[in-house]
Formats: sequence, C-alpha cells, structure tokens
Amino acid sequence: MDASTLPSQPSTSLPTDATNAAPSLTTPRSAVRARRTARPWLLGFVLPVGLALGWELAVRLGLAQGRLMPPPSKILEAFWSLARTGELWVHVGATLGRVLAGFAFGALFGTLLGAFAGASERFRWIFDPTLQALRAVPSIAWVPLFLLWFGIFETSKIILIAVGVFFPVYLGVAGAIAGIDRKLLEVGRVFRLSPFATVRRVMLPAVLPEWIIAIRSGLGLGFMFVVAAELMGASEGLGYLLLDGQQMGRPDQILAAIIAFALLGKVCDGIVVAATAPLTAWQDLRRGRL
Amino acid sequence: MFVVQGLSKTYADGTHALQSINLAVEAGEILAVVGGSGCGKTTLLRLVAGLDTATSGAITVDGEPILGPHPAVGIAFQEPRLLPWLCVADNVGFGVMDLPRGEREARVAEAIERVGLAEHAQRWPRELSGGQQQRVSIARALVARPKVLLLDEPFSALDAFTRASLHEHLLTLWAASRPTVVIVTHDVEEAVSLADRVVVMRPRPGRVFETISVRAGRPRDKLAPGFDKAKRRVLNALDRSLKTAEDHQTPSAGGAELWW
Repeated sequence: MDASTLPSQPSTSLPTDATNAAPSLTTPRSAVRARRTARPWLLGFVLPVGLALGWELAVRLGLAQGRLMPPPSKILEAFWSLARTGELWVHVGATLGRVLAGFAFGALFGTLLGAFAGASERFRWIFDPTLQALRAVPSIAWVPLFLLWFGIFETSKIILIAVGVFFPVYLGVAGAIAGIDRKLLEVGRVFRLSPFATVRRVMLPAVLPEWIIAIRSGLGLGFMFVVAAELMGASEGLGYLLLDGQQMGRPDQILAAIIAFALLGKVCDGIVVAATAPLTAWQDLRRGRL
Repeated sequence: MFVVQGLSKTYADGTHALQSINLAVEAGEILAVVGGSGCGKTTLLRLVAGLDTATSGAITVDGEPILGPHPAVGIAFQEPRLLPWLCVADNVGFGVMDLPRGEREARVAEAIERVGLAEHAQRWPRELSGGQQQRVSIARALVARPKVLLLDEPFSALDAFTRASLHEHLLTLWAASRPTVVIVTHDVEEAVSLADRVVVMRPRPGRVFETISVRAGRPRDKLAPGFDKAKRRVLNALDRSLKTAEDHQTPSAGGAELWW
C-alpha cells in the first residue's frame, strides 16, 4: 500500500501520508505482537529464569563467590536433601498445622463478627471502633504480650496467626454484607421471605464471592504471621528453618525454606480457589488469576 | 376488583408525592399510568406492592387490604432484578419455593415456555440479553399467580423492536391467567397498545389528572385510525397536565408533539 497508488489522495499533505504509510508499518509489528501474546504468561518466566541462569554461570565461571547468595543449583541441592531426609516434611507439617489452626479460628470469628457488623448498625456502632483501633496495631507488636500471656509454645503462635487472619476476613464480610444490593433484597420482600430465608436465599449467595476473596487474603496473612510466630522461637517449622539457616550461616537453607513457603502458600490458595469455584460458577470472572 | 381510595404519600423529607389517588380497576383489566417525571407513578406502584406505607388512604384487592407485600400482588421492576446466582428456571421459581416440587416445576416450565425462553432455562441471567432478562422477571412475578400484576416501566431500557415483542409476550402471559395489570410507563404508544384505560397523572403533588378509555380489541392494530386517535388524546391530556403544573408559563402550539 502506497499513497501514490491512490489517485484521489493529495500526496503532498502530511496527515494523509502518515495515515497511508501506517498500515505497511503496523502489519509486521502487530503480527509479532500476536505471536508474543499467544502465551503471555511465559513472559513472566523470562526475568527470574534469566537471573537464575546468569547467577549460576557467574558462580561457575568464578566471576562471583556465591557464598552469601548461593547459585540455584546449591539451593535446589539443599532443598532436595531436606526433602530426602524427611526433615522438610516435619517442618512443613508443623507450619501448615499452625497456619490451619490459626486460620480456622481467625476466619470463623472474622466471619461471625463481620456478619454481625454488616447486618446490625448497633453492633457496628458498639464494636467497630474498637476493632478498627485494634486493627491499627501492627500485629507483630502483640508478640511479646502473647508470649507473656500464652507461653512460648503453640497457643501463642496460633493466636497470633488467628489475629492476623481475623481482620481481613472481618472487613471483607462486613463490607460485603453492607454492600448487598437493596434491589435484590426487595425482591425477597416482595415474595415475603422470612428473615431466615432472606439470609439463606439472598444474602449468603450475594456475599459469597467477596467472602471467598476475604478468606484468601486472610490465608495469605496467615502465612505471613506464621513466619513471625516461628521466628520468635520454635523447634520446628519452616520459620525455624529460616532462623537455623541464619545461625548456621547457610543461605542455601534459608532460600530453600523461602521456596517451600512460596510453594505451600500457592498450593493452599489453589486449594481454596478450586474448592470454592463451583460456588461462584455464576460469576463472569477469571477469579483464579486474582 | 382492585381499589385505591384516597391514597396519599408524604415522604419523611416533606416531599408530597401523592395526593388522594382514587382508582378502581376491574379484574382482568389492563391499566396504564402515564405522566411526567415526578408525578408519583413509581411511588404509587411501591405503595400497592406493599414496599412502602401510605400516609393515608387504603388499597384493597377483592376487599382485602394491602398493608405489606401480599401474595395477591406481584411486581416486575424497571430493572430485571434477577438473582445472578440462580439459573433462569430457579429465578422464575424464586417466589413459589413453598409449592410442592412437581407443581412448582410444571408452573415454572409453563411460564418459561410462554415467554419463549424454554431453551435458556438452565442459563445464568448474565448470559441473557436485556429483553430476555426482563421476560424472566415478568415470568417470575406471574408464576406466583397474583391477582394484580404491577409493572414499573419494565420496558423503558429496551429498544423499540424488543419492546414491541415484549408487549406480545406480556399479552400472552396475561391471557393465560388474566390478572389485573397496572403498568407504569412514559411511553404513550406503549400505554395505548396495551391498556384498556390510560390514567394520566400530573405532578407536584401526584394526582390523577384524567382517565382515557381505549376501546379496541386485542391485538391492537397500530395503523388503525382509532389507535392514533387514542394516542393523541393521551398526549393532549399529558400536555395539559404539564401545563397546569407549570401555571401556563410556556404555552406552545405543538406542546404535545414536543413532549413526545
């Protein structure tokens, strides 16, 4: 395509030239773009894999020492040896147990109090300011107090995690209930639904998607707090593995534990997403990508 | 017989929405309510549906007073208001869950068939077009077999073609059980093509200004001279209702046409 092949176009005017020249330039470019975006998620691997390979090479070629930042091969080696001896599973089990216990309590109370706060204005007036004030406290600040109150063993850890999980769930549920479409509630009124039936048939399904998101962010915070809890003193758990690696001067073990955290968190989130997907099949969303 | 007597509504903020409305609608009659904005059409429907309470006056259906949402009164809103987590069939059956399963399913299937959505029964509301959603909404109201069906500008968000086809669906549904229908609309053609009587309201406060009978069989022939005549009478009444409201501020020759 060329401006000169179109007789009616005045070839001297600048804008016309620009618009006619545009297709010949964009065709190959857009084709490349289409090829690239066919698997856009692969792009996400370029940076980390490239960095890892680069570091590995640098250490192998003697350009870097790799003592404080071990090359990927050494980290994988540490990971495998932990897994082979079964040590890793002990720590994963301990961490997972704490997260799940804390998450269960935090999610339960967060959901209950959030539901009350969303449904009852009086409850909100009485309890919400206190809860919001407590929320403003960085949860790690509770650690010394919890250690004094609940001892250094499991109780204090689980309570700390529960506190971390509680707030996002509470806020999410309260917001979801307060945000239920009044017009849908009116449909329930027109058909004379009892208060119980209104909750079951209109309110619960309406808040379900936001509840799931609240649960997911609660679970994420649960993993954050389990590290804090285990760093403050534990004889097993992935957090202990981190601390142990620091004290023994083994960065490969620290990084192996970090990788284990990442995998564990992702798997737990994936399970929540998969388990709740059928409940929100009616939604027009790509929820798994959130 | 559906009767409204001396119905008035003043909102908490002092807005005088309705003032002594009197209406008597025969069983099986279709009544259209038209009027400029702010004349209390929607308020009237919400009072009849039992969603708001009147300041004074009474509403009765076959002698029974309407004090809150009542099984004898069904309503379809301006928006479809379908529950997005229920499929079409479950949405239609939403109000009749207390019926025995067999009867409920038969009624729902029949209603869906009548609004021409049989092959969409298991779909989610979001997969339907606006017109289809509004059909589901009307089917949901009718499946509970109300004596009075209220429609609050149900077709106002739809294009003219969809609207015309929904008029047909509505009349088919109506013919099956012949409930009393009260339809609020701002579309004069819609009012004349559906209703036996058209009530013209005037604003501030909302009052009945004039009632116009449309004497024509169904289906209505929109090209017949009588149809146009009825339409002109309604437009004329509307024009005068707005003029009295504005105290003859801007008398214009083609007012009715301008309003339209």
